[in-house]
Amino acid sequence: MLVALYVVDFLAATPSTVKAAEAPGGARLTLQTVASYGHSPHPDWVSYLVKDGGGKWHHTTVFQVPAHSLVHVTIYQYDTATGLRNPFWSQVRGTVGGTMAVDGRTMNALNPDLASHTFAIPDMGISVPLKGVADDAKNQCSVAPCPLSMAHTTITFTFRTGKKGKYRWQCFVPCAASFIFGNGGPMQSPGWMDGYLVVV
Amino acid sequence: MASEALPSGAPAERSHGRRLLVIWGALTVVGVLLIVFVAGPHMPPGDFSQEARDQREINILLASLAVPVLFGVWACLVYIVSNFRQGEGALQDGPPVRGHSRLQVAWVVATAVVVLSLGAFGTEELLGSAKGAGGGQGPDPLAVPAGPKLQVQVIGQQWAWTFRYPAYGGVETPELALPAGQTTELHVTSLDVSHSFWAIQLGVKADAIPGSDNVTFVRPRRTGTFEIRCAELCGLWHGHMHNTGTVMTPSGFAAWIRQQQVANAPATRTLPPYSTHYFPDPQRRAG
Ligand SMILES: [Cu+2]
Ligand SMILES: [Cu+2]
Repeated sequence: MLVALYVVDFLAATPSTVKAAEAPGGARLTLQTVASYGHSPHPDWVSYLVKDGGGKWHHTTVFQVPAHSLVHVTIYQYDTATGLRNPFWSQVRGTVGGTMAVDGRTMNALNPDLASHTFAIPDMGISVPLKGVADDAKNQCSVAPCPLSMAHTTITFTFRTGKKGKYRWQCFVPCAASFIFGNGGPMQSPGWMDGYLVVV
Repeated sequence: MASEALPSGAPAERSHGRRLLVIWGALTVVGVLLIVFVAGPHMPPGDFSQEARDQREINILLASLAVPVLFGVWACLVYIVSNFRQGEGALQDGPPVRGHSRLQVAWVVATAVVVLSLGAFGTEELLGSAKGAGGGQGPDPLAVPAGPKLQVQVIGQQWAWTFRYPAYGGVETPELALPAGQTTELHVTSLDVSHSFWAIQLGVKADAIPGSDNVTFVRPRRTGTFEIRCAELCGLWHGHMHNTGTVMTPSGFAAWIRQQQVANAPATRTLPPYSTHYFPDPQRRAG
């Protein structure tokens, strides 16, 4: 009985898969990062969210995108900076042109101290540092999903998918406040600071 | 009934014993020959470095020593089951064997010889030779091989390995490449939890501990690829902490490192100066 309950609980806790919206030549993936989710089971945990094709935000980190195509990513970044422990990840890697646009400005690296999170798919060689909101910014968001009227930075980039498969992605910024070295909790939990890119 | 014709059953026992000895000896000879000449050359970790060769020789030796023990047990088991199975209708166990002092002495001496010689061999390998010197693994943890060395810093973190080359402007890459024939000085550390750097075919394994600088040396003997794995359960994606390393010709390595310097220039600019204790203030950046 206990085993059955455990299995049901485990399956229920597995984040659902959200299909990226279709775009010319591939897909459009729209994400947001929030300093705190604001709801149970972990209202104070930092997290990612994803928008479906109908414009609805979901609390999951499993994204489905097509194989051998371009994925145009937009990330609305509502969290403040934590800073990278290893500045190595401050460079944009694996995107088309090796660049990202931060609030419309094209960049190939970020000051490591300004990073709030990274969007990295290690097995695809992709890593993009996300610029945090200024610590003293007015109108900061604390409950997901955050609206565009609140303080944020907008990061856009494009990458090309390869063959079908399930690729893990993660954040390299030790951004889980109150956990030892910032690496526990949301950093270790799919649905929060890591998940899967399902390439179909 | 044949057994009644024998005075005490002793000759029958002796022939069983002799037969068992012959079977065991034949299996052992064949098994050891197979281990040494057939499986041995393919045993891990390989022959990429002297350290890897030494480890493979030890694996061959231990496997060869295990063969007579393994076949001894199997031969006895199969022989006894097929020859002394209880017949149908038998209601009692056979008579117990007591006080066979020659057998007892032989048993104690044989097992003592195996265990003590393995103990002596292991101690000699750890203390008497410089195998695996460095990283606290040799007789002198501070032992340094002679000659020029290429320094490479191995940085583990949840969940990736990166490699820094201080002699080349501190360029850092997610790939490990080494020149063949050159002694490499690996400085292994971690930025968060404990990891373990294991370059399998190179025969190198060193713990990656936050705040520590574990130094170990290796000289790859030839070009080719080797596997890198994290050998310490380090969290959610521990199982993904693997890379393929490459040993290149010295000229191939020079071209590769130039390429890395160009490709990683935007990040190299912001990297801190090289330090053997690569651990920039964890508390400040703990979120
Ligand atoms: Cu993060
Ligand atoms: Cu690890």
